[in-house]
Amino acid sequence: MNSLTRRYSPDAGITDVSFEAPAGAVTALLGRNGAGKTTTVEICCGLRRADSGDARVLGLDPARDARTLRPKLGVMPQAGGSGASGVYPSARVEEVLALYAAMYAQPLAVEDLLEILDLQRVRRRAWRRLSGGEQQRVSLALALIGRPSVAFLDEPSAGLDVHARQTTWELVRQLRTAGVAIILTTHDLAEASVLADHVVIIDEGRVVAAGSPSDLTKDANTRGLRFDATAGLPLESLDASLPDGATAQEVRPGHYIVGPRVDPDVVAAVTAWCAQHGVMADNLTTSGRSLEDVFLSLTAPESG
Amino acid sequence: MTTLELSPGPGAGRRHRALVAQGRMELRLVLRNGEQLLLTIVIPVALLLLFAKAPVTDVPKPRVDFLMPGVLGLAVMSTAFTGQAIGTGFERRYGVLRRLSTTPLSRAGLLGAKTTAVLIVETLQAGVLCAIGAALGWSPSGNPAVVIGLLVLATACFSTLGLLMAGTLRAEATLAGANLLYLVQLALGGVAFPLSDFSTGVRHLLELLPLGALTAGLRAELHGGGVPLHDWVTLAVWTGAGLFAATRWFRWD
Repeated sequence: MNSLTRRYSPDAGITDVSFEAPAGAVTALLGRNGAGKTTTVEICCGLRRADSGDARVLGLDPARDARTLRPKLGVMPQAGGSGASGVYPSARVEEVLALYAAMYAQPLAVEDLLEILDLQRVRRRAWRRLSGGEQQRVSLALALIGRPSVAFLDEPSAGLDVHARQTTWELVRQLRTAGVAIILTTHDLAEASVLADHVVIIDEGRVVAAGSPSDLTKDANTRGLRFDATAGLPLESLDASLPDGATAQEVRPGHYIVGPRVDPDVVAAVTAWCAQHGVMADNLTTSGRSLEDVFLSLTAPESG
Repeated sequence: MTTLELSPGPGAGRRHRALVAQGRMELRLVLRNGEQLLLTIVIPVALLLLFAKAPVTDVPKPRVDFLMPGVLGLAVMSTAFTGQAIGTGFERRYGVLRRLSTTPLSRAGLLGAKTTAVLIVETLQAGVLCAIGAALGWSPSGNPAVVIGLLVLATACFSTLGLLMAGTLRAEATLAGANLLYLVQLALGGVAFPLSDFSTGVRHLLELLPLGALTAGLRAELHGGGVPLHDWVTLAVWTGAGLFAATRWFRWD
């Protein structure tokens, strides 16, 4: 994707979004609600046209070459709360899978998908009678059934229980090993940390960071002492007790980072200050920042 | 965990296979939908029985000969327009069309499948209604090929109008609008009483409605008089206008 721009209004849309999603790798698009992830994916799938910029998927223009490209794509739309699940509500699981299988030249076997995604028990159940997790699994099966070269998975593990989530992650890993380019949209930063080879963080329609998870979190300047405690600690008091140059931030309610450097003096100062003020510091760690910390520091404060 | 063969093996399946699968799905959904069956089978049959047996309206005798063309026309409209508009409107709302548009199934394939399902349902409707009509003493004349041709043109007409409505309005508005138009055309489309009951000006206006033209044309043909040219033209103009507007304004999401 090269300099994609699509504006719905001055405050909504994407601007100058560029990234690559290589084959055999998971590229995670991260961003708050409304950041522009879905618009980006929709342009890639040919569901929406960009105002400007160049989108290429497998060397093809998603809008102009839709007929050639669609057989090579697997799309799992976001379930969300709008009811726009993308599946006939009264169709049975096995019927929908058979329908989608009929559209492709070399589809996966319906029986195998039912077994792997633990859907055999509900194979004759109508979509609208499935639980949210079961619907997610059927939706994933529909995205994979055509053996795509590129898979767009929008929050594939949202609403899944732990076992189903592990199964989904394992399938994503298998897709990667098989050489599929996977574009994963997720709010689950743990999921992105575990699965992604490459992360693109979008905020207010613009790419604010891109790189591998280790690249994004290894920066020495981002190292800090992190701990959880009661929200709203008096940071001026804490700052006053820290060694020169060190400051404390409450990056989200109850989650604190002290930096930019960490040494024994900083650790001692923080623990002493906590003891003095009766503050219980949980999850205290001096490791580099997590992807979540990077995400929180790069994206604007919650505004909708 | 069983391992799937996930290596890319993309490609569109054979077109006719996808079309058959999609058509089968469309048909299943129609036959599984109680409200739609009420609209397509139960109401036309009930109207035929009611008006044929009870002198609720003053129509030429034998009553069944007058009623059958109207009820057949109503059945076509209920399937091709009302059922199609409501079904497609909700498919659009549920994101079904949007998701299908990311698959190898083409728009033409989807429309072909929908049309096939509509024609199969209409065949079932016609079979049921003709059997009941025959039991009531219906004795049609006219050319069956002309009757089928008129019904196919009417199907195209109502389908394009139904898809236009489904593709431009919200699902709830489509539901309300399609049912309202069904009732209006049921009352004013020459189904259960002749349009000649109205004043000349109103009658000419009502004959310009798709159902008015269809029932008038069917009635004329089944009574052995041939379909008047203006009924063919009326349906063709509605079809062309609906097709033009649907092509231009239909939204898949």
